Amino acid sequence: MAEPKRTPLFDLHRELGARMVDFVGWEMPVQYPQGVLQEHLWCRAEAGLFDVSHMGQVHILNGDAPAALERLVPGNIVGLAPGQARYTILTDDAGGILDDLIVTRTEAGLFAVVNAGCRDADIAHLRAALEPICRVAELTDRALLALQGPAAVTVLTRLAPACAGLRFMQSAEMPVDGIPCRVSRLGYTGEDGFEISLPADDASRLARTLLAVPEVRPIGLGARDSLRLEAGLCLYGHDIDRTTTPVEAGLAWTIAKRRREEGGFPGAATILAQLRDGPPRRLVGLRPEGRAPAREHTEIQDRHGRRIGAVTSGGFGPTVGAPIAMGYVEPAHAAPGTPVQLVVRGKPLPAKVVELPFVPHRYQR
Amino acid sequence: MATRYTKDHEWVRVDGELAVVGISEHAQEQLGDIVFVELPEPGRALKQGDQAAVVESVKAASDIYAPISGEVVEKNSALEDNPALVNESAEDAAWFFKLRPADPKELDVLMDAEAYRAFVETLT
Repeated sequence: MAEPKRTPLFDLHRELGARMVDFVGWEMPVQYPQGVLQEHLWCRAEAGLFDVSHMGQVHILNGDAPAALERLVPGNIVGLAPGQARYTILTDDAGGILDDLIVTRTEAGLFAVVNAGCRDADIAHLRAALEPICRVAELTDRALLALQGPAAVTVLTRLAPACAGLRFMQSAEMPVDGIPCRVSRLGYTGEDGFEISLPADDASRLARTLLAVPEVRPIGLGARDSLRLEAGLCLYGHDIDRTTTPVEAGLAWTIAKRRREEGGFPGAATILAQLRDGPPRRLVGLRPEGRAPAREHTEIQDRHGRRIGAVTSGGFGPTVGAPIAMGYVEPAHAAPGTPVQLVVRGKPLPAKVVELPFVPHRYQR
Repeated sequence: MATRYTKDHEWVRVDGELAVVGISEHAQEQLGDIVFVELPEPGRALKQGDQAAVVESVKAASDIYAPISGEVVEKNSALEDNPALVNESAEDAAWFFKLRPADPKELDVLMDAEAYRAFVETLT
């Protein structure tokens, strides 16, 4: 095992009393003394500050970066206006998912944020496919903070008045408390909020400034996971991976109309066939009827006890106030309202297929 | 008699003919917010070290083991309705179950409060 990597906020996390855990080779805060439940509820009620500096930040420059990237993703990247961000997927030749990422059109090309666990593989993949037409540059001297929750815009406007002019999935460079940042109005909680890319050396100062505001509290990876699950957002390596396609994962909305007509992305044959004929399984929301959470890998059965799939993310939803889960089921059982059974510690427990998300998104569109 | 502890962070306290079992203050702190507790049904015979109950926090599930052998005679149903009680009162109101000890000598291998405190310190 290599030495665990640390973000520029490592010392601050320790000062705040965080419990640190290994997350894909990074030493990250899983929770602060407040605890996962209170952190989760605080983020939905006020504003939470997340250190997501472990995520990969990449510039794709020169050449025609949007057209070049479209060879690797099924999204409409060419159609992005400068300052517009889009959620998209790196697919493999079988239609599986290599990673999910947010791509922003900038004046110089594209700015991408990729998952920490896929960071090295993604960059190698981008380099192999896009260089030498484009230059792929990993921004190793940048930190990434997320400020999420209904109070986020009020708080950030005091330090960066221009942020209030952004709508959901818009991004701009602007000073935040005098620090040169890229501010994007998006996140991974279902709430309104921002992600702030900034020089690593300034990250601790800005984080401390934000945490000094009464509405802002630090949020660890534990609540980040329960917040995204309630928002019905996929977690790479759990709900999506190389064995799942975007159509199965309910991410067909990321496949643009023009791309469906033209193809030209890895795995197009499989993905377009699934769009036409339907996928062999679908990711659905699940609500256990009792109080017992159904965790990842829990078997999903039909009412007669036949296996129809498995849970990929599951736990307790603090805002829902009950257990929630996502998992893949055969398409015949994917309609909301379908009764199913979740086999928890050998016992089949009644549950229902439900619409995602579990908690409505509150994006400022 | 005094409370005794296991290395898996259960506590057991003999009260007359019965032994009361729960999880330690340290265990509840480590687990965080408890959202679900599954308890053994009265009548179930447990051997020392058997998986006896389950507690789940927002993040994860943990098994709770029988600190001594015996037959379960009562479970604390209050925990099923209010799992958060474990966070509030782990070593008192949030007892998990009572059992009739099969062999009181099994208590001898468990730690007293002082030994347990020293054990917990080695973990951090």
